[in-house]
This record gives sequence, structure tokens and C-alpha cells, in this order.
Amino acid sequence: MKASNAPIFWGLFGAGGMLSALLGPMLVFITGIAVPLGLLLPRDLMNYPRMLAFSEHWAGKSFVFAVIALFTWHAAHRIFHSLHDVGIHTGALAKLLCYGSALVVTLLALWSLLAIGF
Amino acid sequence: MSLPRNEAVSGRRPYMRSMNGWWRRDPYFVRYMIREATALIVAAYALVLLAGTLCLSQGEVAWNGWLAAMRSPLSVALHVLMLVAMIYHSYSWFEIMPKTMPVMFVGGKRVAAATITMVGLAAAVAAALALFVVAWLLRA
Repeated sequence: MKASNAPIFWGLFGAGGMLSALLGPMLVFITGIAVPLGLLLPRDLMNYPRMLAFSEHWAGKSFVFAVIALFTWHAAHRIFHSLHDVGIHTGALAKLLCYGSALVVTLLALWSLLAIGF
Repeated sequence: MSLPRNEAVSGRRPYMRSMNGWWRRDPYFVRYMIREATALIVAAYALVLLAGTLCLSQGEVAWNGWLAAMRSPLSVALHVLMLVAMIYHSYSWFEIMPKTMPVMFVGGKRVAAATITMVGLAAAVAAALALFVVAWLLRA
């Protein structure tokens, strides 16, 4: 029997779902509402020196990478399995587009975080 | 070799029931579709962060450009909508958790579905507050 790759995608879906369920709302609030408006948090919280230092640290780098990659794999898996519900009959191409774009996002995040340096 | 009776002989196309609006027939299906649609928002937010990371790697000017875009009224309005969707995503994730996780026993008794959901939602609130505190401490 051919080994299935489904557990990998399911695992990434689950990890991304859990991470986004726990931190997604507050992340959106902080980066998209609080800091841009100076609401509860100062507007310069995400200024260049601070965010550069954050992303140069291995822990900050790992956090940003985990959020971008896992959120994307979660979404890709869910969108792929929802295509059938909206009447799109999926095949290898749909799978390639969904998981392929998640892979591209993951590699771009990895590349940019490594380019920022340590 | 015999031909399939319906198509090959009669030339008729088989009846395919339309899928249009199937999910609008039942509130349960509507909630299901909204839950699935939150994946689009999770993906959109990941792309916002990816754009930020790419800008950060290009230097201060690019990063300040990303920050300015995040301050635009359109961006803030979209993030308010994304926040609503993300909260629903979070809620629905723990709502279905009793069905997605293995059956759990504590002291020989099966843990009730409502308990699992409540623990999950409490963990989400705690994680959100912890994240806010970390951001608050980083401001200095």
C-alpha cells in the first residue's frame, strides 16, 4: 500500500488551526488596529529598530515563521477541502494550487526571515 | 461488451442535481460554510504578515511603507472585519473540537463536549491576554 501524505497536511492544518484560534484574534488586533491607531499600545511599538531586533532574535524569527507558515497551511487545507462544497470538483491541479501556494508562502517567509539575519 | 444503459444508448445526459445554495437550506450548514470561509481570512492575514516580513528584510524605507499602509483607514477597516472573522474562527475551532479530537476520559468518565469547548475557549482568552501583555512589555 502506498503511504498517504494526508497525515502531514492534516497535522499542519491542525497546528495552524490551533495557533490561529489561540493567537489570531489578538495578533490581528495588535498589528492591524491597536498599533496603527495608537489604541492601548503606542504607535511606535512596531518601529523599524524594534521589529528588526525582534526578527533578528531566534525566538522572534521562529514565532513569525510559525505564524505565517502554519496559518497558511491551515487555510490551504481548509480551502482545498471546501472546494467540493461550492461545486468545484477537485483533482490533482486543485491540490497542487492549494498546497503549492502554501509552500510558496512558506519559502518566501523563510527566505525573508533569513535575509533579515541574526 | 455491454454499454451503460443510460448514456450510450439513449444519448441522454444523466440528471445532475444542482448544488446551488445547498448550504442556505439549513442554519447548521450556514454555520459550517462560515466556519470554512474563515480560512480565507486566516490566509489573508498570513499574507499581510508575509508582506511585512518581506518589507522588513528590504530595509527601513520598505518597512515604513508597510507601516504607513497598515495605518490607512482602509487597512484598519479591513482589520476590524478580519478581527470579527478571526474571533469566529477561534470560537468555531473550539466548538468542533469535541468532534475533531480523540475521545478523552478523566477518572474513568468521558469528558463532556461542552467542557472541552469551554476549556478551549478559556485557553484562547488566556493566550490572547498573555500575547497582549508581551506586546505591552515590549513597548519600553
